[in-house]
Amino acid sequence: MTEYIDSATFDHLVSLAALELDAGQAEYLRRELNHQLDAIRELEAIPLPDELTITSHGVPYPPQTSQPPRADQVTPWAQPSAILDQAPQVDDDQIVVPDIPHTTLE
Amino acid sequence: MELCDLSAHELSRMLRRGDTSAREITQACLQRIDQVDGRPGSLEAGEITAEDRQRVHAFITVTAERALAQADAVDRKLAAGDDPGALAGIPVAIKDIFCVEGTPSTAASRILANFNAPYTATPVQRMEAAGAITLGKVNLDEFTFGSSSESSAFQPSPRNPWNPDHVPGGSSGGSTACVAAGEAPLSLGTDTAGSLRQPAAFCGVVGLKPTYGRVSRYGLIAFGSSLDCPGPVARDVTDTAMMMQVIAGVDPRDATTANVPTPDYLAELEKDIRGLRIGLSPDYFRISIPDPVSGEYIQRDLPAEMYGSVLRAANLLRSMGAEIIDDVPMPNTRYGIPAYFVVSRVEAASNLHRFDGVKYGHRTAQPMNDLRKLYRVSRNEGFGLQPKLRILMGMYVSAAQYSEQYYNRALKVRTLIRRDFDQVFDRSGKYRLDALLTPTTPTTAFQMGAVYGDSVMMQFADQLTVPANHAGVPGLSLPGGLDQEGLPIGIQLLGPDFSEDVLLRIGRAFERATADDDWRQVKPRVLR
Repeated sequence: MTEYIDSATFDHLVSLAALELDAGQAEYLRRELNHQLDAIRELEAIPLPDELTITSHGVPYPPQTSQPPRADQVTPWAQPSAILDQAPQVDDDQIVVPDIPHTTLE
Repeated sequence: MELCDLSAHELSRMLRRGDTSAREITQACLQRIDQVDGRPGSLEAGEITAEDRQRVHAFITVTAERALAQADAVDRKLAAGDDPGALAGIPVAIKDIFCVEGTPSTAASRILANFNAPYTATPVQRMEAAGAITLGKVNLDEFTFGSSSESSAFQPSPRNPWNPDHVPGGSSGGSTACVAAGEAPLSLGTDTAGSLRQPAAFCGVVGLKPTYGRVSRYGLIAFGSSLDCPGPVARDVTDTAMMMQVIAGVDPRDATTANVPTPDYLAELEKDIRGLRIGLSPDYFRISIPDPVSGEYIQRDLPAEMYGSVLRAANLLRSMGAEIIDDVPMPNTRYGIPAYFVVSRVEAASNLHRFDGVKYGHRTAQPMNDLRKLYRVSRNEGFGLQPKLRILMGMYVSAAQYSEQYYNRALKVRTLIRRDFDQVFDRSGKYRLDALLTPTTPTTAFQMGAVYGDSVMMQFADQLTVPANHAGVPGLSLPGGLDQEGLPIGIQLLGPDFSEDVLLRIGRAFERATADDDWRQVKPRVLR
C-alpha cells in the first residue's frame, strides 16, 4: 500500500479537523486513509475530455422546476427555549463557551 | 397471521371497514417489538450476549406512549366520521437520522446522544399529518456512514431477521430489519450510496430511493447533501407507493426539492407493462474491486444466484409484455465507488463541522478554558471512527493542492456517470429505456464482523447502487428470491428522473408474476 499521507500530513489534517486522537485511533485512521486513496487511484486512469464540465448534483435544475428563492426575511422561531434547552451551557438565554486565549501573531 | 404482519394497505382497508382500530394495530406492532427486538441500542451496551445474537435490535427509541396517543386520535377521527388521512393508523419507524420534535434524534452517534429535536423533518411531519403512527427511532450506521449498520454507537447494532448472524445492511439497517420482522409495516430511511436499497435487498423488503429533489431533506441530519435522498421501506410495492404518495413533493423549506407534480402512484400501479423497454447491462453483472494485496482493480462476475435472479425477472417481465433490451452499455458504473469516496467525504466533512460541543449535542465533561480545545476534545469524544475517517478524507481530497487531482476529477467522473443514464433513457436515442433491471447488491447479506473495519471493502457493497446517487435518478430494490443459505436476493430497477411511478408499476408486475413462488412463502428466521 502506498503511503500517500505521512505522519506529519496526518497530524496537520487532524488539527484542521478539530480532532484529538489517541495513538490507536491515529494508526487505524491513517492506514484506512491510505487504503482509500489507493482505491481512489482508479480515477486517475479515466480519460476525461477537456471540455467535460463537473456535476455537483445529478438532476438538472431548469427554471421551470426550480423553486424561487425564499424571501430574505427573518422569521422568529416560536419556541426559542426548545433550542436553548439543547445547548450544553446557557446563561441568561446566551450560550456560554470558554474563551479563545490571546495569541500573538508573528 | 397477526395484525403486524399485514401490509399497510390491508390494514388501512380493515381500519376503514371497522374491522380493527389504530390502537389494536399499534399494540400489535409494540408487542412484536417486545417479542423480537431485544434490548434497544445503547451507548453503554456492555458485552453482546448469546441472547442478543438472536434478536433484531432495530430500535434505539420506542415512543410507545406517543404512538398510542396518535392511534387514539385516529380512532376518534374515524368514530366522528372525519377523514383520518392516507396513512391513518399505519405504524411507521423512523431512521434516527431524522428530527422528530421532542424525541431523541441521535444519528446513532454519541455526539448527538442527548439531542432532542426542536422540530420535525418534513417527510415525518407529512406522514403524521396523514395519520401515520410513529413507533420510534431505528438504528443505523453512525451518521449513516456504513453499509452494515455495525458502526452505530448504539449497540447492539441491528441484525438480519433472516439470519441474525448476518448484517441487515446499511445504513438503513434498522429500518429494513424492523419491516422484515413485522415490527412496523413502513419505515422512513435514507439513501446516499444505496443505504435504502442495499439493506432492503439484504432483508427481503422493498426500498425506494426517489429522484434527488422528489422528497424533502428538511430535518434530515445531513451526510452528503448532493446525494442524500429520504425514501420508503415497506414489505410490498403497494405500501411503498402509499408512503411515497404522502412524502413526495416540493417543500419550501428545502430549496433542492423540485417543483414537479407528484403522480398518483397507487393509480399507476396496476397498469400493465406492455411495451415498456427494460434494459440489461453487462456492466451491472460484474464487479470491480481492489485486490487486497496489490491494490490493482480486478473484475469478477457476480455470483450465479444473483445473476440468475435478474435474468428470471427479465423473462417474467418479457412474458408480461415488456421489451427486454440486452447489452446496454453503462461503462462508467465501475467508477461509482472511487468517485463516491471523494465526493461524499468532502460533503460529509463540511456537514460534520457543525458538531462542536457548543450549540447542542455532546460537550466534554472535562473543564476547559480554551474554546479550540473544547472543540477538539468534544469532537474526539463524540465521534466514532467512521465519522472521523470521513472528515479527514474529505479535508484531504478537497485541500487546495489536491482538489484538482481528486475532488474536481471526481465531479467530472460524476458527469460521465450521469451521461450513461441520459444516453440509455434518451427518448430519441438508441436504447430509449423506461428502466434498467440490475442486481441490487453484489452478494447477499454478509456475516456480522466479516467486513466491518475494512472501510474500502465495506464501501464496495454499494457498487451497484451508488451510480444512481451520483446521477440523481430513482432506484427501486425488490425481493427477487432467496439464495442457497435462505438469505434474500434483491433486484433493482433504475429509471429516468421522476419516473418512480413507472418503476413501481414494473415492481408491482413482478410481484404479481411471483406471488405464488415458494420463496415468497418463507418467513424470516426470527418469525419461525
